[in-house]
Amino acid sequence: MSHWPLLSTLVFTPWVGALVVFALRNRLSDGLVRGFTLGLSLSTLALGACALAHFDPTVTGMQLTEKHAWISALKVNYHLGLDGLSLVLVLLTGVVSPLALFGTLRSVRCPAIYGALFLILQGSALGVFVALDFFPWFVFWELSLVPAFFLIKLWGGPGAARAAYQFVIYTIGGSAFMLLGFAALYAAAGTFDFVELAALARDGSLAMQLESVGGFWPQVAFLGVLLGLAVKVPLFPFHTWLPPAYAEAPVGTSMFLTGVMSKMGVYGFLRILWPVFPVPLQAAATPLLWLALGGVVLGAFAAMKQTDLKRMVAYSSVNHLSYCLLALFAVASVNRTGGTSAALASVALAKEAALSGYCVGVLENRSGGKRGLDDFGGVRSAAPVFAGFCGIALFSSLGLPGLNGFVGEFLIFRGVFGLAPWAAAVATLGLLATAIFLLTFWQRVFHGPAAGAGVSFRDLDRTEKLTLLPLIALMFLLGIFPQLLTGLINPLVTAWAVSLP
Amino acid sequence: MTLSVQHLWLIPALPLAAAAIGALTPRNGRTLAAGVAIGAMAGSFLLACLALAGALADPAAHHTFNFDWFDLGFGALRLGFLLDPLTAFMGVMVSFVSLLIFIFSTGYMKEDANYKQFFCFLSLFAAAMLGLVVANSLLLLFVCWELVGLASYLLIGFWFHKPSAAAAAKKAFITTRIGDLGFLLGLLWLQDTQGTLLFYDGGAGFLEPAALTSLSTLLPCGLAISSAIGLLIFCGAVGKSGQFPLHVWLPDAMEGPTPVSALIHAATMVAAGVFLIARVYPLMAADQALAAVPVHALTVVAFIGAITALLGALIACAQNDIKRILAFSTVSQLGYMMLALGVGSWVAAIFHLLTHAFFKALLFLGAGSVIHAAHHEQDIRALGGLSKKMKITYVTFAIGTMALVGVPLFFSGFWSKEAILHAAHGWEVSQLPFYAALLGVVLTAFYNTRLMAETFFGTPRSDGAGHAHENGPAMTIPLVILAAGAVLLSLVNLPTYPWLQARLLGLHEVHGHPLSEGAGLMGLSVVLVALGIGAGWALYGRSLRPNASAPDPLAARLPGLFAALAHRLGFDELYAATVGRLNAGLASLATFLDHFVWDGLIRLLAALGEFSGFVSRETDERTLNGGFDATSGRLRGAGQAYSRAQTGGAHGYLRTLALGFVLLLILAVLGGAR
Repeated sequence: MSHWPLLSTLVFTPWVGALVVFALRNRLSDGLVRGFTLGLSLSTLALGACALAHFDPTVTGMQLTEKHAWISALKVNYHLGLDGLSLVLVLLTGVVSPLALFGTLRSVRCPAIYGALFLILQGSALGVFVALDFFPWFVFWELSLVPAFFLIKLWGGPGAARAAYQFVIYTIGGSAFMLLGFAALYAAAGTFDFVELAALARDGSLAMQLESVGGFWPQVAFLGVLLGLAVKVPLFPFHTWLPPAYAEAPVGTSMFLTGVMSKMGVYGFLRILWPVFPVPLQAAATPLLWLALGGVVLGAFAAMKQTDLKRMVAYSSVNHLSYCLLALFAVASVNRTGGTSAALASVALAKEAALSGYCVGVLENRSGGKRGLDDFGGVRSAAPVFAGFCGIALFSSLGLPGLNGFVGEFLIFRGVFGLAPWAAAVATLGLLATAIFLLTFWQRVFHGPAAGAGVSFRDLDRTEKLTLLPLIALMFLLGIFPQLLTGLINPLVTAWAVSLP
Repeated sequence: MTLSVQHLWLIPALPLAAAAIGALTPRNGRTLAAGVAIGAMAGSFLLACLALAGALADPAAHHTFNFDWFDLGFGALRLGFLLDPLTAFMGVMVSFVSLLIFIFSTGYMKEDANYKQFFCFLSLFAAAMLGLVVANSLLLLFVCWELVGLASYLLIGFWFHKPSAAAAAKKAFITTRIGDLGFLLGLLWLQDTQGTLLFYDGGAGFLEPAALTSLSTLLPCGLAISSAIGLLIFCGAVGKSGQFPLHVWLPDAMEGPTPVSALIHAATMVAAGVFLIARVYPLMAADQALAAVPVHALTVVAFIGAITALLGALIACAQNDIKRILAFSTVSQLGYMMLALGVGSWVAAIFHLLTHAFFKALLFLGAGSVIHAAHHEQDIRALGGLSKKMKITYVTFAIGTMALVGVPLFFSGFWSKEAILHAAHGWEVSQLPFYAALLGVVLTAFYNTRLMAETFFGTPRSDGAGHAHENGPAMTIPLVILAAGAVLLSLVNLPTYPWLQARLLGLHEVHGHPLSEGAGLMGLSVVLVALGIGAGWALYGRSLRPNASAPDPLAARLPGLFAALAHRLGFDELYAATVGRLNAGLASLATFLDHFVWDGLIRLLAALGEFSGFVSRETDERTLNGGFDATSGRLRGAGQAYSRAQTGGAHGYLRTLALGFVLLLILAVLGGAR
């Protein structure tokens, strides 16, 4: 098994699948296409489990690595590898993607093309999580935009075209700066390899080499990479592409965007910015912390004002992602447990985000496209099981203990308090606003007398229940036994924290 | 046989399991859900009794059982369970009162379609509260604290199709959450300075001397760290225990079914705040030895408690809904408990908490019995004459009222309130809280007399009250048991033999003192109670209300004051105008920034991009392409001209040839000349 390129298989199975689905789109019935696409999407979970079985959590370095020369003139390697963080995100992708696909595949136009695009998107995200060389990493990073663009534009809501263009151009704009940053880095260090760059950064030679390039290049390298990642996550105030994109995207795609794609940015912070630029990051941590804080508070308050449920979920996602960044920037200065918490929180939040996305999707599908706060009423009477599932997702977002959201939230606040007590105090405002808008949503849509689309709302059927149950179970499991997750990430974070100057 | 601390988790685990079973049973599994819930609660009660036996064997000890929750990479996060007399007494009270409320609910909720779900939520509520009681870690306590909040949210909004119930549930959750955020910050601060959240950990817990000493350091603002953390934690208690200024959710919580009100107001939710402060009392009191601090944490607690005690009693005088009167009386009584904590007598607070749990559960269940019998009529003006129709309810309710009012000697409320007044009188900082408490005693006697007179005496003033009759044994037996408790509980802590006090303080011997020692104060409070009852009787008892719409005698005499109190002194409006507006304003600001500033900047960038694109396009098209086009146009013109010359005629060619030759010659000659 050690010779089998497991990670390549993991990444390319969805891509090959996409080709096959596309090629056979006219020969297979829609049902077969759906089954096939779902199966391929599930392959990630299976292969991820396989990787988990081969993974040794006590080792801090990269595992299951594959390294081949690609463009030797530029010293570009095809280098894949996995550590605890990547593994957790791969498993997350494996859980969220089939669910996201399942959420829309039944009702969507041209399921074959939708499915193929989605599989390309899934493969690109996986590539980002396991690539260890900037070159292939960047290819995966940028390639993910293409299917996302088409999925939003062709299957999205009425404002989809504008939202899709804004999303892609904004993100590419950020990436351009990142490319510039890496060009500077390459000019200084002569390598694109993350592991090598991190090693150079650790002994301080990278900073010296960058200095020797002279001028403002050291700053350009750092700020370029920072900007590219900041747009992707997004860090406040680079978040304005997100609400329209999430709101206009078809349900499954916005689930994937919230659940997985936003984690690509957080992952980038942890994989690149933190190990490669420890010193500049530390220097910039305080202003960045306040930006993240802005996202926490203003994101939550903006969500309070939304009447479109999908935009509300989108803003709630801005708020949640800002928590991850808050923890991360706290780590960058002093605190050492924040890395775990950021990773943990991003995973925890991904599931809720995906689940709340799914819930809003169910609301939208059953009501024929309605997603206004006032379009529903009393859904809980008509659909108690659906209300129960949504309620669990909602209270997990609220940070209710016993569900996974709380653990991440507690660790984040713990980390941030150690660094900047005032920031933690201000961030609690975000918690309050979150409680207000989520419970207002719950009250308007689920409670009260049946009204609007809430009259004769159909409850979840057996398949839907079976889809959601594992996810709910997982939320409880990780909420009560966070060790399952921290055990994978801890050795890594310990090693990183030690490496910090 | 005793229950050791290692197995203490079973006490909350049983109802939790019952809640899980309840959640998974189908909707029609009514008997199963109720049976499991009651069985689990009875089991918890037995275990709590065994735990009490264990705790009393060695009352001074704090038995702990700590374990790692999860590993952070840099040390683990630890949780634990704690067994001491405080935990044990609370555990017995919570499980016993909950058990009676569960039994009562089988009667009260009989016709409800979501009967099964109700028991599931009730079990969750009790489980969370019991978990909170047995916790040996502020974090575990906080976890259960939040679960109590969730369960109360679900139960207050149990009739969620009613918009008022849905709104009340949200209000309760959010108001208490405001306090909880303070609690969270206090907890984080504690974790940050002490590195542990365990109460007792063999010397390393934060309630043990080593930590308390280090927490006595002064902050730059002059406060001790322990006071700051203590006050932040107190914020949580203010929210959960309905203290001023976060008391506004408690009366609205009446929207829940009455057994829920009983559970919230007696055994679970509101008791949690008082219990929390009693639990972290060493922390709250750590700054008492410091003289230079601007304010002691406990002083704040005492004043908040006194304000709440008076405020609740005042507002209760002008309410017409039987449950709301009781709700404000809870607010007021919780104020007394906080006052006791603040003036340093946490034992008196816990004694009052225990007695109050019994008589308030009794009163709420009695009110539930009345409401159930009177076809959901809750307005005391429309009730009346129930004393003859519902004898058991009447007698037990009267016992509960007398306990609440503090009728001397035979009722537990008298002794526990006496202990609080005594402690407040002995407080060195200020006598103001003591006077507020005395005034509260008069008001409590007054509004309870009004409640009794309007509800049970005179003639029925509505159809519902007219057709009322006594409820079945599922509802009356809990009333009788609670009434017995409301009387008998006095025996555990008489001044002459303060057994409870000694055990809570960890003493083996009980040191009483003769009644004559506090006789002056006791006499005063008896006079005040008599005054309140007399005033109430004079207004409401002598001439009974003829019909539901007759004006209130107090309103007739003091219309302005009565209206203000009836509107709860405008706290809701005040909050809507300040906090509500602030929130709405921040939300608008956030959207404005997003829409116009951040997105505006991006649009500006995009516009600049488009503009430069336009400019370069224009340059391309006009200047570069234009030049190219013009050149090629001219070339084409020339070509056309040439092609016209290609006539095919030899004469023409020869002529041109000759012309060309001549021209060349001329050029050559001219060139040669130069």
